[in-house]
Amino acid sequence: MSETTVAPKTPTLPEEWREPLIWLAILCTLIALFVPLAFLAGDDGVAKPLRTPAGLCVILIAGAVASVRFKGWFGDILLFLSAHVTAGILLFMLPAYTGAAGWGFWLLLAGSWLLAWQVVTRLSDRRLNGYKQTLLDLAIPILFGLWLLLLWEMIVVGAGVPYVLLPPPSQIGARIAESLPLLWADFQQTFLLGVLPGYIIGCGAGFIVAVLVDKVPFLQRGLLPVGNMASALPIIGVAPIMVMWFGFGPSSKIAVVVIMIFFPMLVNTVAGFAAAGNMEKDLMRTYAASYGQTLSKLRLPNAMPFIFNALKINSTLALIGAIVAEFFGSPTVGMGFRISTEFGRLNTDLVWATIAVAALAGSTFYGLIALVERRITFWHPSARG
Amino acid sequence: MNEPSLKEPDVSEKSVIQIDDLSLIFETNDGPVHALSDIDLSIAEGEFVSLIGPSGCGKTTLLRVIADLERATAGSITVNGVSPEQARLNRAYGYVFQAAALYPWRTIDRNIALPLEIMGLSKEEQNSRIAKNLDLVNLTGFEKKFPWQLSGGMQQRASIARALAVEPDLLLMDEPFGALDEIVRDHLNEQLLKLWEKTNKTVVFVTHSIPEAVFLSTKIVVMSPRPGRVHDVIDCNLPRERTLDVRETPQFLEIAHRVREGLRAGHSYDD
Repeated sequence: MSETTVAPKTPTLPEEWREPLIWLAILCTLIALFVPLAFLAGDDGVAKPLRTPAGLCVILIAGAVASVRFKGWFGDILLFLSAHVTAGILLFMLPAYTGAAGWGFWLLLAGSWLLAWQVVTRLSDRRLNGYKQTLLDLAIPILFGLWLLLLWEMIVVGAGVPYVLLPPPSQIGARIAESLPLLWADFQQTFLLGVLPGYIIGCGAGFIVAVLVDKVPFLQRGLLPVGNMASALPIIGVAPIMVMWFGFGPSSKIAVVVIMIFFPMLVNTVAGFAAAGNMEKDLMRTYAASYGQTLSKLRLPNAMPFIFNALKINSTLALIGAIVAEFFGSPTVGMGFRISTEFGRLNTDLVWATIAVAALAGSTFYGLIALVERRITFWHPSARG
Repeated sequence: MNEPSLKEPDVSEKSVIQIDDLSLIFETNDGPVHALSDIDLSIAEGEFVSLIGPSGCGKTTLLRVIADLERATAGSITVNGVSPEQARLNRAYGYVFQAAALYPWRTIDRNIALPLEIMGLSKEEQNSRIAKNLDLVNLTGFEKKFPWQLSGGMQQRASIARALAVEPDLLLMDEPFGALDEIVRDHLNEQLLKLWEKTNKTVVFVTHSIPEAVFLSTKIVVMSPRPGRVHDVIDCNLPRERTLDVRETPQFLEIAHRVREGLRAGHSYDD
């Protein structure tokens, strides 16, 4: 009934103004020119303000303006260089300004961070082909992560945060480098002797019981509620009991891990088995397929997305379980032992180093499982490209 | 225009499906539901029988009873002279569902191999049957595609190839083209008819489309609901070789008219 209406033209900003981050960065840099970079103690012990070097500001502003001027890769590279050269110089000067950074320092840091942010925004809009896109997809989170570390380092050192509260990443890194044998021994004890066997036993048992529950209906009504209760047991309460039962060695850690992950595996697998459609099941019936054939050719493949969900959840649960269990008794090695004892000695850098190892181990474990998952459940609507 | 054929369709009189006085009552929370009531039906070898009727008339249920996916509560039924359960265990029939029900983790050829793996056939036998039946439904070249990469019509053709790969003498089809658009449906109807002629199988076909039923069948069973029962059995003696043009002939329209009358009469007590 209505004629085709012409959509009112939305007023568009001139192209240069569409990237406010750049203009904000320039503003920060200009203000930085007029405030002190740092306050350094002079010969008489009185802190004197240090002027912000104009050269640094020029690098930032030049990069920002050039990137607006030159679109495409050239502009991106200029932007990237100006942000990271500035940040690099700031990082280089940082030790001299420990706890003494002024507004000029923070504004320059903010300026280079804003430009780096703009680089990432531009990069994530790019579409390349083949392996180049893969590299770009990798580069973006890496750049993001590096900036998090950089900001952490600058803020903690520049503002003079006590290292006991939060050590800078450089110190944690140095600690990791000098304690590699210790950290490796802890990793072996906790991950290879505790987490992995517990993970395999817990997931395996959950799967086998799921098949039994599926085959024997009374188990479904009897065992599932009991299992549900077991999963609600607080880990903090169970861990000391397991240590009492199975000793300080890895077996008590394995027991805690198994208790933690058994039920998620069981429930997800049972749900996965139940998810096969009626038509698909009828199809197997028309083929006079046996129980085993229906299981292996229909219900198991169909349950894979559910099973992998449990495997992923359990990979992180297992690590938490093993570390927490070590708090309640362990030989003088292990990641949980390290965290609890070194924290007592206020060696927070070693605590952070252990946390970093645990995070690395946990995310690698998770990533490997997710990789296998993608190969196996490629057909699922959530994974189809 | 086709001359009405006077000779009987060349089917032998050996009965493949014999149903006598069959009833099926579902016990539900709202009390018993008479899904099927006193069904008598005989289907001979080589026939193409359509079950037609409004929703809820039990046509799908009847097909599922033949396939032993449901059990009758009274009366008798034999398939190939034995009970439906025995026939199912003998893999006497191929069943085509309303949806293709292909397994998304298997490629098209692996989907067709599914029943063959279950039957324990050798790899060579599997491969030759896959190739043959893909060719029969015009899907050669798509064996390495996954079901979700094909159109709905192609998926349904693959599911027909899967049913045929079992090499049954009896094909049970439950509204196989119900979800497809008219043009694809016409095309597949023609292909199905050619296939039936080539393979000389007995087909039981559930539909709620009158033209589809008349076009395909040698016999049309008109069913009516509440309780589900057979209202009329109409012989459809159009020539065996038909093209879509046959739908314009007076003979076709006459049979279609009779089916429509039957459906209407079965429904009349409703309002």
